[in-house]
Amino acid sequence: MVGVLALAVLWELYKLVGPADGWLVGAQEGVTGSGIRLLPRTSDQAMPHTWDMVARVIEPVTRAQGALPLGVVVLLAALTSLGVAALGWLVGVVVGFALALLMLGFRIAERAVLPFVILSQTVPLIALAPLIRNWGSRLEFGAFSWESWMSVVIIASYLAFFPVAVGALRGLQSPDAAHLDLMRSYAAGWWTTLFRLRLPASVPFLIPALRLAAANAVVGTVVAEISVGFTGGIGRLILETAVAASSDPAKPWAPILGAVLLGLVAAGFVALLAAFLSPFRRQETVA
Amino acid sequence: MSSPTPSTPAPEPTPPDTTSGATATAVADATTEAVVARGVERVFAGAKGAEVVALTGIELTVHAGEFVSLIGPSGCGKSTLLRLIADLDEPTAGEIRVFGRTAKQARIDQSYGIAFQQAGLLPWRSVAANIELPLQLHGADAATRRARVAELLDLVGLADFAKHYPDQLSGGMQQRVAIARSLAEQPRLLLMDEPFGALDEMTRERMQTELLRIRAETGAAVVFVTHSIPEAVYLSDRVVVMSPRPGRITDEIDVRLGDAADRGEDLREDAAFFAGVTAVREALHGAESAPAAGAARGVDVR
Ligand SMILES: Nc1ncnc2c1ncn2[C@@H]1O[C@H](COP(=O)(O)OP(=O)(O)OP(=O)(O)O)[C@@H](O)[C@H]1O
Ligand SMILES: [Mg+2]
Repeated sequence: MVGVLALAVLWELYKLVGPADGWLVGAQEGVTGSGIRLLPRTSDQAMPHTWDMVARVIEPVTRAQGALPLGVVVLLAALTSLGVAALGWLVGVVVGFALALLMLGFRIAERAVLPFVILSQTVPLIALAPLIRNWGSRLEFGAFSWESWMSVVIIASYLAFFPVAVGALRGLQSPDAAHLDLMRSYAAGWWTTLFRLRLPASVPFLIPALRLAAANAVVGTVVAEISVGFTGGIGRLILETAVAASSDPAKPWAPILGAVLLGLVAAGFVALLAAFLSPFRRQETVA
Repeated sequence: MSSPTPSTPAPEPTPPDTTSGATATAVADATTEAVVARGVERVFAGAKGAEVVALTGIELTVHAGEFVSLIGPSGCGKSTLLRLIADLDEPTAGEIRVFGRTAKQARIDQSYGIAFQQAGLLPWRSVAANIELPLQLHGADAATRRARVAELLDLVGLADFAKHYPDQLSGGMQQRVAIARSLAEQPRLLLMDEPFGALDEMTRERMQTELLRIRAETGAAVVFVTHSIPEAVYLSDRVVVMSPRPGRITDEIDVRLGDAADRGEDLREDAAFFAGVTAVREALHGAESAPAAGAARGVDVR
């Protein structure tokens, strides 16, 4: 909260002292667009006042009769995106964890799968989105038909699974030899060792991975909405309001704030999860 | 799962011909050796094809209810031998039998309890939950577990700390929890690898006395790895002296300073205790210098 306030103060301060047309180096007289802009413009066009942004949120979206306030539209869109992102996160976590278990169980799998897991993250999202939409649209059996939100879920989970797979594998492999010996001395099998030792021991590694996965899922959702063409989410709204920026400069900031809010909610959710799992985050002190 | 043996092996004079079934098993158990190692060898494959002979030609018998210490310089294979008995590792030659069964079968039957130098408690489990871990893994019901945990907490003097977590305990307390855990299933054999190694001298001596008391109460056989000569002499019925490269047993010294139950603190100042310490020290130094420099060096070391 303090951070938000500080940001707003900084924003207004810069607007106050910064030159209205920014600061250009090497600009030629009378040639627009020449030179390098070192400081952004501070005109109301480029940087609307923070209070204008807030005021804009409660005004209706458009001048049309019966239009909802912009804030409500943004919230609805954010909620839609949240649902999609949450689903993407969940799929990503399940897939990531399954991969980690596979790699834990089979040494060969670790050597075979891990390079691909790492390689998969180098494929740019922009290249992936049309592919997934294409493949998805070919899927059709019976009453089931592929919807664009499903593509968004896939892309979000694609970004979310990676930190989970890597983090979970490290966590599951974290128990030291003495603990593994102990489980062996109890004649505990692989699954018992997994549930009683490896899973609890993996929690400190898992929490940061889940947090990263949540952030990735949110970013993935927002970006994928735009490139897949899924309407109704916050990503799409950012694109739509950006078009209106020239006539209504405060408008595009609302969905951007909505996206930030989305990220905060996701982070909050993981923090809640972490609090729930806190008993497993105790560290052993070496006597 | 665990063999239902009575935890107290008749310290009071029970007539041997009692017809009760429990006593009959106890008598049968007493005739089986706790550990028998025959010609055991363990060779590790080192880097670039080099081989490390950690143990060779090990012949060792630990009788039921006997306290045996393994002592020797670092790297002589004490831990390796203990791990072989526990079936955490397998010998490259020879065989090990625990209570007449193979080491593997004995592990599966939960015939032994084990404690290491590091307490090795699970940090996310409370003291009580750590102690009941083996019971839980082997499907004991909640009521049995609770009763047994209470008993063990009393035994190691931590009754007030049941709900504490390992990171809230001192090193000595953690080690006592680990010992309680190793006793959870009333094993007739206790394997301990330098369990007091990380403790200060005062705590260490108190723990030793406690271990003797616990051992007297449970009647378990103990194989105890240590670096400390006084510790070995104070605790043991028999001290097994080992020497490195290749790891082997060079001497066995009977100490037996009296019944485990009535060994008190004053024993540490007893003449018999010092005699034992001297004997073990000479055996150790003799073993160290004999193969290399000859006897001349071994004698003058005090
Ligand atoms: N897993 C292993 N792989 C290779 N070599 C090993 C392994 N474990 C032990 N060794 C070797 O076997 C020898 C005996 O080791 P061990 O740990 O049994 O000694 P120790 O008597 O317990 O020593 P310390 O008193 O320092 O604990 C050492 O030379 C060690 O390098
Ligand atoms: Mg050792």
